[in-house]
Amino acid sequence: MNDNYITLNAISKHYSAKNGTVEALKNVSLSLPQNEIFGVIGLSGAGKSTLVRCINLLERPDTGEIIINRENLLNLGSEELRLRRQKIGMIFQHFNLLEQQTVLNNVCFPLEIRGIPRKERREKAMGLLEKVGLAEKAEAYPSQLSGGQKQRVAIARVLANEPDILLCDEATSALDPETTKTILGLIKTIHDTMGITVVIITHEMKVIQEICSSVAVLENGEVQEIGTVSELFVNPKSRAAKRLLLLEEEEDETYVG
Amino acid sequence: MWDSTMTVMMLEGIRDTVYMTVVSTLFGYILGLPLGIALTLTDKNGLRQNRTIYRTLDMIINITRSVPFLILLIVVMPLTKLLVGKSYGSTATIVPLTLAAAPLIGRMVESSLKEVNRGVIEAAVSMGAKTKTIVFKVLIGEARTSLLVGVTIVLGTVLGYSAMAGVVGGGGLGDIAIRYGYYRYDTPVMLVTLVFIVAIVQLMQVVGTLLAKRMDHRNNE
Ligand SMILES: Nc1ncnc2c1ncn2[C@@H]1O[C@H](COP(=O)(O)OP(=O)(O)O)[C@@H](O)[C@H]1O
Ligand SMILES: [Mg+2]
Repeated sequence: MNDNYITLNAISKHYSAKNGTVEALKNVSLSLPQNEIFGVIGLSGAGKSTLVRCINLLERPDTGEIIINRENLLNLGSEELRLRRQKIGMIFQHFNLLEQQTVLNNVCFPLEIRGIPRKERREKAMGLLEKVGLAEKAEAYPSQLSGGQKQRVAIARVLANEPDILLCDEATSALDPETTKTILGLIKTIHDTMGITVVIITHEMKVIQEICSSVAVLENGEVQEIGTVSELFVNPKSRAAKRLLLLEEEEDETYVG
Repeated sequence: MWDSTMTVMMLEGIRDTVYMTVVSTLFGYILGLPLGIALTLTDKNGLRQNRTIYRTLDMIINITRSVPFLILLIVVMPLTKLLVGKSYGSTATIVPLTLAAAPLIGRMVESSLKEVNRGVIEAAVSMGAKTKTIVFKVLIGEARTSLLVGVTIVLGTVLGYSAMAGVVGGGGLGDIAIRYGYYRYDTPVMLVTLVFIVAIVQLMQVVGTLLAKRMDHRNNE
C-alpha cells in the first residue's frame, strides 16, 4: 500500500556561483504520508530551503521527480503548475506580506488571483482573520503589526485557497520562543481541523519536538536520517542528528544560566 | 517696459511649459513604463529571464540616453514634422521630449521595480499568481512610492529639456528666456522667466514628495 502524498524521488540541485558550484541537494528522496506534519531539520546551509522550494517548484531540481498525489509536477505545463500552486500554501521566515496593502487586502490577494468577486473575497478574508484572531487589525498595515501578528496574517492568507499542502520555511525563526509556540499551535490546529499535509523546515529541535510527527535530518544536501520524532530524540543514529540535539541542550543551558 | 502684453506672454509661457512637460511625461510613461517592466522581467532573477531581450533594450536605452537633448531635437525633426505638421512650437516639441523621456523613464521604472522585496514576489508566485498580476499588484503596487518620486524627477528633467528647446523656438518659458535674455539682452524678463521655471519645478517636487509620503505605508507611523 502506498498512501504517500508527496514523494521526492532522487532530487539533485546545484547552484553556480562566482566561486564555484554548490551542490545544494544531492540525490534526496523523501516520502511524506498524507495528513502528517513532517519536519526537515538541519543547520544553516544544509539545503532545507532548496528542498522545500522544490516541492512547489520555486526551484526546479536538476534531476529527479516531485510527485504530489500521483502527479509529477515536473511534467506540468506552466499554466497547470500555476493552478496547482494555488493548492500548495507556503509561509516564510520574513512573512512576505504586501507592505503597501492592508491586512485585509493581503488576505484577499490569493482570492483575487483566483478571480473571486470582491465582496465574496472580503467576506471570506474577514472570516479567516477571525480564525487567526486578527479581525480587529483588518484595516491596519503590516508595518503596524508585530512579527507574530504578521505571521498570523500570512497564515490567514495561505488558508484562503484551502490548500492541501502547507510548506513552512523557517516560519518561526524570526519570532521569540513565546510567539513561536502560539504560531506552532495555530499551525497544529489548522492541521487537525482541515487535514492538511504540513512540511516544517527548521533549524530548531524545539520546533520539531513541538509539532512534528516525523522528521528528516538534512546535512550538506543529503538526508542523514529519517524517522519518527520520538525515535530521533531517544536514539539519534546520524552524527548530524546528535549534533543538532547537543546544540539544543547547550542552548537550553544558556537560557537557564 | 513691463505691460499687459508682457503679462500675457508670461502666462502663455507658463501654460506652454506646463503643457509640454506634462504631455511629454505622460507619453513618455506610455513608452517607458512597459520598457521598465520588460527590463525588470527579462533581467537575471526576473520572472521571464531573457538575455537577448534584456541586452537589446538595455543597449537601446544606453544609446538614446547618451544623445544630448538638443541634438536629438534636431535629429528627429523630420519625424516631428511628419507627426505634428511643423517642427517648431510647443506641440512639436512634445515629440523629441517624449523620445528623450521614454528611456529615462524606462531606467527609473526598472530601478524602482527592482527594489521590490524578492520574497514578496516569490510569495505571489507560490500562490499561483499570473505574471500580469504580479506586475501590477506586487511590483507596481509595492514600488508605488519610489515610482512616484521617479515621476517628479522625470517632470523636472523634461521641464529642463523643454526650456532647452527654446533655442529652436520650442515655445514656453525657455523660449521667452532665450528670446529676451539672449537675443535682446533683456535681463529682467529673463530673470522673471527663470523664477517661474524654478517655482514650477519646486512645486512639482513638493507635491510629488508629499503624495509619495502619503501613499507609503511602510513604517511611517
Ligand atoms: N540562489 C542561490 N544561488 C547560489 N547558491 C544558493 C542559492 N540558494 C541557496 N544556495 C546555496 O545552497 C546551499 C543550501 O542553501 P539553502 O537551501 O538555503 O539552505 P538552508 O535553508 O538549509 O539554510 C547553501 O550553500 C547556499 O549558499
Ligand atoms: Mg533556509
